[in-house]
Amino acid sequence: MRTNDVVLKTATQLVTFIIIIFSIYVFLQGHHNPGGGFIGGLMTAAAIILIGIAFDIKTVRRILPFDFKLLTATGLLIAVLTGIGAFIFDATFLTHTYDYFYLPLLGKTELATALLFDIGVYFVVIGVTLTIIFTIGEDS
Amino acid sequence: MINHLIIAPLLIPLIVGIVLLFLRHNVKTQKVISVLSLTAMLVATVLLLFSVLEHGVQTYQLGGWQPPFGIVLVADSLAVLLVLFTAIVALACLLFSIRGLDQERKAYFFYPLLQFLITGVVGAFLTGDIFNLFVFFEVLLMSSYALIVLGGEKGQLRESLKYVLVNVISSALFVTGVAYLYSVTGTLNMADLSNRIAEIGQPGLVTVIALLFLVVFGMKAAIFPLYFWLPGSYSAPPPVISALFAGLLTKVGIYAIIRIFTIIFYHHPDITHQILGGLAAITMIVGVIGAVAYQNLQKILVYNVVAGVGYIIFGLSSFNEPGLFGGIFYLVHDMLIKAALFLLVGAIIVITRTPKMNEASGLIKHYPLLGWAFLAAALSLAGVPPFSGFFGKLMLIQGGFYAEQYWTVGILLLSSLLVLYSVMKIFFSVILGEEKLPTLKERPNIKGLLYPSIILLFLSFIMGMGAEWVYPYVADATTTLLNPDIYIEAVLKE
Repeated sequence: MRTNDVVLKTATQLVTFIIIIFSIYVFLQGHHNPGGGFIGGLMTAAAIILIGIAFDIKTVRRILPFDFKLLTATGLLIAVLTGIGAFIFDATFLTHTYDYFYLPLLGKTELATALLFDIGVYFVVIGVTLTIIFTIGEDS
Repeated sequence: MINHLIIAPLLIPLIVGIVLLFLRHNVKTQKVISVLSLTAMLVATVLLLFSVLEHGVQTYQLGGWQPPFGIVLVADSLAVLLVLFTAIVALACLLFSIRGLDQERKAYFFYPLLQFLITGVVGAFLTGDIFNLFVFFEVLLMSSYALIVLGGEKGQLRESLKYVLVNVISSALFVTGVAYLYSVTGTLNMADLSNRIAEIGQPGLVTVIALLFLVVFGMKAAIFPLYFWLPGSYSAPPPVISALFAGLLTKVGIYAIIRIFTIIFYHHPDITHQILGGLAAITMIVGVIGAVAYQNLQKILVYNVVAGVGYIIFGLSSFNEPGLFGGIFYLVHDMLIKAALFLLVGAIIVITRTPKMNEASGLIKHYPLLGWAFLAAALSLAGVPPFSGFFGKLMLIQGGFYAEQYWTVGILLLSSLLVLYSVMKIFFSVILGEEKLPTLKERPNIKGLLYPSIILLFLSFIMGMGAEWVYPYVADATTTLLNPDIYIEAVLKE
C-alpha cells in the first residue's frame, strides 16, 4: 500500500519549475560562466526524475509523450548539423562563429552558434539520462 | 579551397547512424540506407586515396584552429588505406547481415550501432591528436560493447562483462598515459609531440610512457600477455559481429601501435622495438597453439586473429623498409581475410547449427561453392602465392632478415605452417569427408550468405595477383612511417 505523500507531491509541483528554470539559466550562461549543455541537461533530467519519484513513471510519460531515445537522436542530429553548417560558409567542420544582435527586451546580446551545438548536447544528456533511469525503473 | 573529402568517411557513417535511430521500426529502410551510405563512404575514400597519393599527406583543421592548438585530421596513405579496407569489410559484413542475422537483433539498433562502430574506427585512423584518438577509441568500444551483448544470450552476457572490464581498465591506463605524456611535453598533437620528444631526445621517462602506451594498445590489439580476453569475447556474439570485430577492432590497436612507435617514440628502437619483436614472436606462438588446440570453428579463427597480430607487430619491430611494408600489406590483407573467414564460418554454422568441428562433415557435396571458397580463404590466410597473404609475409621475412631477427623469422615460418594446418583441419573434417549433418531432411538455404565473403576473397586474390597495383599506396605509407618529417611538416606547415 502506498503511503499518503501529499507533502512530497505538492513540494514537487513547486520545486520542479525552479529546478528547470535554474537548469536553463545554467545552460544559457555556459559561454561566460560555469555551466553549459551537460550540466544543464543533467539538472533538467533531475527535475523530470523528481516528478517520476513523487508521482510515477506513467505520469511522466503522460507529460512528455515521446520516446526519449528519439530525443537523444534529435540532439545528436542538431549537434552534427551545426558542425556541417560550416560547410555552407566554406569553413571546416565544427567551425563556430558569433555576432552581436539587438534583441527586444534584452538589448545588445552576443549570439554564438556554439549555443546551437550546446542545445544538441542538452537534448542528448536529457535523453540518455531519462532512457537509462526509466528503462531500469519500468523493468519489473 | 578546403578538402572536405578528408572528413567525409567520418561524417557519412555518423550522420547515417543518427538518422537510422529514427527509423528503428523500419528495418527494410535501414538496410537500404546502410548499404547506400557505406557505398558512398567507399567511393569517397577511394577518391581521397587518389588525392593523397597525388598531393601527399593532407590535413583538415577542425573548427579552423591551427595545429597544435586545435584538433587536426591527418590523411596519410596508411590511414586512408585502412579507412578504405574498413569500408570494404564493413560493407561485406553489412551484406551478410541482411540474410545472416536474426530479425530481433536487427530491430534492436544493429544498423545504427554498426554505423557508430565504423565512425569510431575511421576516426581513430584519421585523427592526428592523441586525446582525440582516445575519444574515438571510446566511440568504437561503446558500440562494440552494445554489439557484443546484443541479443542477450547467456554466453554473450558472460563474455561482454569480461570484455567491458578489460577495456575499461585499458582505457583508464590510456588516459593515465596521455596525462603523463602531457605533463612531460605539454602538447597532445601527435606531430607536435614528435617534435618535442625529438628535442628532449626521449629520456628514460618518455620510454616508460611509451611502454605504458604499448600496454594500452597491446590490450586493444591483443598482443601476447594481454590477449587473454579475446578468445572468449570474439567467439560469443553471432558470426557477423565477430567478423566485424576480427576485421576492424584489433586492427585499430595495431594501427595505434604502429603510429606511435614510428612517429612519436622512435628514438630508442634498441629498447622499444626489441620488446615489440619479442612480444610479436610469443604472440605468434600463442596464437597458433590455440588455433591448433581447439575443435571449435570460431575458437580456431579467433586464435588465428591473435597470430595475425603477431605478424604485423613483427613487421613494425624490424623497423626497416621491407618490414614495415610487409606489416602494412599484411595488415590490410588480414582485415579482408579474417572477415571473409568469419563470414564463411558463419555460413557453415547456419548449415551445421553447431560451432563444433566433429559434429558435421561432408558439406562439399551440397555446398561446393562454400567449400572451395573456404579452401581459397584458408590458402590466402596461410600465405600461398596466388593470394594476398603471400606477398605480405614475404616482405615480413625479408625485413626480418635485414634486421637479423633470424629466430623470429623461423617462428613466423613455423607458425604459418601451423596456421595452415589449423584451417585445413576445418577443411578436411567439415567440408570434405563422409556426409554427416545434424538434420538431413531440410537443407538450409545459404543463398545470399556467400557472396560477401566471395567479394572479399576476390579482392584478396586481386591484391595477391596485382600486388604491383597496390604497391605504390603501401610504399607511400611506408615512406611516411619511416620519415616522420613528412607527416610533421604536413601537419605543422608554415
